[in-house]
Amino acid sequence: MKFSLTWLKDHLETTGTVAEICDALNAIGLEVEGVEDPADKLAGFRVAHVLTAARHPDADKLQVLTVDTGEGDPLQVVCGAPNARAGMKGVLGLPGAVVPANGMVLRKSAIRGVESNGMMCSVRELELGEDHDGIIELPDDAPVGASFADYHGADPVIEVAVTPNRPDCMGVYGIARDLAAKGLGTLKPIAIPAFAERGDCPVEIRTDDPEGCPAFYGRVITGVTNGTSPDWLQARLKSAGQRPISLLVDLTNYLMLGFGRPAHIYDLAKLSGAVVARRARAGEQVLALNEKTYTLDDSMVVIADDAQVHDVAGIMGGEDSGVSETTTDVLLEIAYFDPVRIGATGRKLGLASDARIRFERGVDPDFLDDGLDLLTGLIVELAGGTPTETVRAGSPPSAAKVIAFDPGLTLRLGGVDVDEGEQRRILERLGFTVSAGWPKNPKVTCPLRRHDIEGAADLVEEVVRIHGLDTVASVPLPRTEGVARPTATPQQKLERGLRRAAAASGLNEAITWSFLPEWAAEHFAAEGEALWVLANPISEDLKAMRPSLLPGLLIAAKRNADRGAPGSRLFEIGRRYFRAQDGLSDEKPTLGIVLAGEKTPRGWKTGKAQSFDAFDAKALALELLEAAGAPTANLMVMGDAGAQFHPGQSGTLRLGPKTVLARFGMVHPATLKAFDVDGPIAAVELFLDAIPAKKGAAFARAQFTPPALQAVTRDFAFLVPATLAAGDLVRAVQGADKAAITAVRVFDVFAGAGVPEGHKSLAIEVTLQPGETSFKDAELKAIAEKVIAAAAKLGGELRG
Amino acid sequence: MTDITNQTQAALAAIAAATSLNALEAQRLDTLGKKGWVSLALKTLGGMSPEQRAAAAPAIQTARADIAAALDARKAALETAELEARLARETIDLTLPAAPAPRGSVHPVSQVMDELAEIFADLGFAVATGPEIEDDWHNFTALNMDETHPARAMHDTFYFPDKSGDGKDILLRTHTSPVQIRSMLAQGAPIRLIAPGRVYRSDSDATHTPMFHQVEGLVVGRDIHLGHLKWTLETFFKAFFEREDIVLRLRPSYFPFTEPSVEVDVGYSTEGGRRVVGGHGDAPGHAWMELGGSGMVNRRVLEFAGIDPDEYQGFAFGLGIDRIAMLKYGMNDLRAFFDGDPRWLQHYGFSPFDQPTLAAGVGAKA
Repeated sequence: MKFSLTWLKDHLETTGTVAEICDALNAIGLEVEGVEDPADKLAGFRVAHVLTAARHPDADKLQVLTVDTGEGDPLQVVCGAPNARAGMKGVLGLPGAVVPANGMVLRKSAIRGVESNGMMCSVRELELGEDHDGIIELPDDAPVGASFADYHGADPVIEVAVTPNRPDCMGVYGIARDLAAKGLGTLKPIAIPAFAERGDCPVEIRTDDPEGCPAFYGRVITGVTNGTSPDWLQARLKSAGQRPISLLVDLTNYLMLGFGRPAHIYDLAKLSGAVVARRARAGEQVLALNEKTYTLDDSMVVIADDAQVHDVAGIMGGEDSGVSETTTDVLLEIAYFDPVRIGATGRKLGLASDARIRFERGVDPDFLDDGLDLLTGLIVELAGGTPTETVRAGSPPSAAKVIAFDPGLTLRLGGVDVDEGEQRRILERLGFTVSAGWPKNPKVTCPLRRHDIEGAADLVEEVVRIHGLDTVASVPLPRTEGVARPTATPQQKLERGLRRAAAASGLNEAITWSFLPEWAAEHFAAEGEALWVLANPISEDLKAMRPSLLPGLLIAAKRNADRGAPGSRLFEIGRRYFRAQDGLSDEKPTLGIVLAGEKTPRGWKTGKAQSFDAFDAKALALELLEAAGAPTANLMVMGDAGAQFHPGQSGTLRLGPKTVLARFGMVHPATLKAFDVDGPIAAVELFLDAIPAKKGAAFARAQFTPPALQAVTRDFAFLVPATLAAGDLVRAVQGADKAAITAVRVFDVFAGAGVPEGHKSLAIEVTLQPGETSFKDAELKAIAEKVIAAAAKLGGELRG
Repeated sequence: MTDITNQTQAALAAIAAATSLNALEAQRLDTLGKKGWVSLALKTLGGMSPEQRAAAAPAIQTARADIAAALDARKAALETAELEARLARETIDLTLPAAPAPRGSVHPVSQVMDELAEIFADLGFAVATGPEIEDDWHNFTALNMDETHPARAMHDTFYFPDKSGDGKDILLRTHTSPVQIRSMLAQGAPIRLIAPGRVYRSDSDATHTPMFHQVEGLVVGRDIHLGHLKWTLETFFKAFFEREDIVLRLRPSYFPFTEPSVEVDVGYSTEGGRRVVGGHGDAPGHAWMELGGSGMVNRRVLEFAGIDPDEYQGFAFGLGIDRIAMLKYGMNDLRAFFDGDPRWLQHYGFSPFDQPTLAAGVGAKA
């Protein structure tokens, strides 16, 4: 909502300055979004008197003026306007002033060799109108030297954001009412110009849809002259950002912007038969005033005559029956439409308008007759004509809400102690009426325009916002005794810990979009898994909810590579989105890692740049699982990391055969190709929901009991089938003597010269921990035999 | 006698001239070795009479001591020289670079979420979470925005074509407020929580991204009022920005889920082109900036959430996490938050060891 200070003062008797008014507007919940004071733009422009005017010696179309600015010696100014002449008064821009129309800063300069100390301005240059035929001519009594802004009476324009619950403030009058309640002045009564009704309305008006259009009032005015609006009207509409069109159109806009009351004027000559509010028939069309044709359905209310639809009710009038310069007889329409239906219709048609926004939020049901009379009176006064009596079809809602209100609630809910008399005054100034018995459990009757008031809490809000939210004192929340208790859940602690562990491992935490291009999400979706795909995505790139954290990170890695980054070590902790049984979502907390580009740069010591390999991914997976408290010693490395991974260079870490805690490895070349990114790239995904909660709730650790005797190590080298997983050998050897063998470590893997085809050599170091007494030779020999036997079961043969 | 003196002098000269440990060893064998002349001379003493022995022994003993001392001294000198030579050979150019250790970082949004958790934990708030793919009942209806509510249309909601099992529309939550509802339904009253997380609006321009982060706060008790809300926000912002001159301005506003509803502004000044929170917004050089919405929870919302509004009342607030992160740490481009550019992440990200704590101050200085 934009309006000028003058317009506000039409309705509010106030001595408040613009700053005071704006402070008050903010304080009562009408947020000031901006104040445009034309005086700011006109700084440096003065009323000036042209003393002499002579031809420029070197230019036919220029004159050299001497101008009195009211102080000091007259200034010499070069001017190209044909109407510049000695004796006239005009507007001079002094050096330093900025021309509003083009932002040019005026300077003392020489024009064709003649010094000029400013500029005489046209209407257009000062953005006061379109006229550019010559410079502004001011009346003779204009005070020379005065600031032009003061002389011109520059009118500040205030823009406020009206919240959707306050349609009553979608007119200047409503804003004036709120300000008056705040104590910024006195609300003036609405001045309705007097007029004489003559005869019955000749047009039949009906509402055939009392649910969609409970009330439809109208009146005919004959013999009007639709011309140009008077200056005061034009000025007000312009301050609201509206372009004046014609008197009749401007007056309906004035009623809407000034009083929050949309109305419509039909050219009577273009109507035939009864004018009826009814449901549209499916497929019916209307050419609206915006010159677009809308196809309607039977949920929408229209105003139609015998021939056609004229109006998408409450939203936009029709092109065919609108008024023009030749209009002489008109039908005025003031109606009350069901707000919900207006909103639904507007959304369906994708049609926004000033009328719709007021009707869908709720206009004042108590302002039909007065609104119609105000519009009639203004038309008769300004356009002439003879009005008929009002004809009324239906009636607007009239049951006022009555709320039981305890003034004590203002303190209990609002936290501020407002005197009961003051509370009453505030409510009454806003148009509420208070029953007898105040302040003992009174009933408060709400004005019909306040659709937003539902209960006592709303009345507290009214009292508090007018009394001043700044009077609410801060009151500490009650504190539990002692030090604050921990509040984090195990899942939260897990995520916070993992985040810092991952960062400590040299990874940068990224946050990528939850939604992906559909192909990218599809690429990472499991077989047969239905993705969540948006019905109204903002772009094709942000469309399907991610089933994995890796595609988003791959896309980021690609972006980085395209920017010339040598590498990306990214991780993200977020959710993967799946479907639950009940049709809702199943969101799984996940940690994703992508390692792309250089692991180490080319170096004097290491030679060529090195890229990441699957063991980098494995190391991170294990390190982070360890940080997450997972029993990493018990994990099995298995396959099936997914089709997005290199089948021979990837794996899963599982707790038991079914519980997959993580997948890791090299990204599949086909995936790299699909994402158009260069490899090799290693990746990890940790499935946080699968990690078992850490057991043991106590703080105390188990006792530290180092073995009394030193451990001994024995090395073994086995020839094994090339396909044997080293991990299987290690596990078998570990199991060979669980009491004695505490660690088994692979220290060499070799295939080639000396190793038969189809085999490899695995060398392991076995750590043996003696108990109470040292191992005897025979014991060591027995353990070695068990180790050899365990390896033999897997096809392993001790190398000589 | 003279023979021994001369021989000793010759041996000492040869020891001094030895340039290697091998040459020195040869001298030792020549003199003190089993067959060395000093050893042989000592052996002759056994066959002498006491008088002869008393006469001859001192010279031989002196020769042995002098030569042994010379051998030791020369050996030490040669060893020192050899060590020095080895050290010289081992000298390396330490201006060459060491192997780089990659430095990781924590995203500012995560860091600020941890700060929020830390501050609010002290005030007795737990951290709650909820689904991001929501149904319209939790996101709208239970928050007093029924299907026809104009505010619903203003939310720029992302919808899915799917319906829940019980026929509700499925959407991406437009705010963290549905977590209020879920938490109240699950825990009842009294309750104190914050709910940080991702939210979504179909809006994208220089200052809006279709995904961003919000934190919801909710306190419900028997006599919680607007004054508690004001204190909570003031206390939080003072702790978060670690300055005492935070001034909040509460303005009446409208949200369907609160009544009364309050917009929260904070005073700030502009220093070096950046907004710096602090001071009164009406003071010279200062202005107000909107930080979030809040209010007393609407009775209907409490009812929807299964709480008796005649027994309990409370407040709720919502703040933009990305926004307060930008204000505190000086980022100016929201879009960069979601780009994954390592340069940005290293520049604005945090060390993993900057874990917010009340003792150290929750913020991490540049």
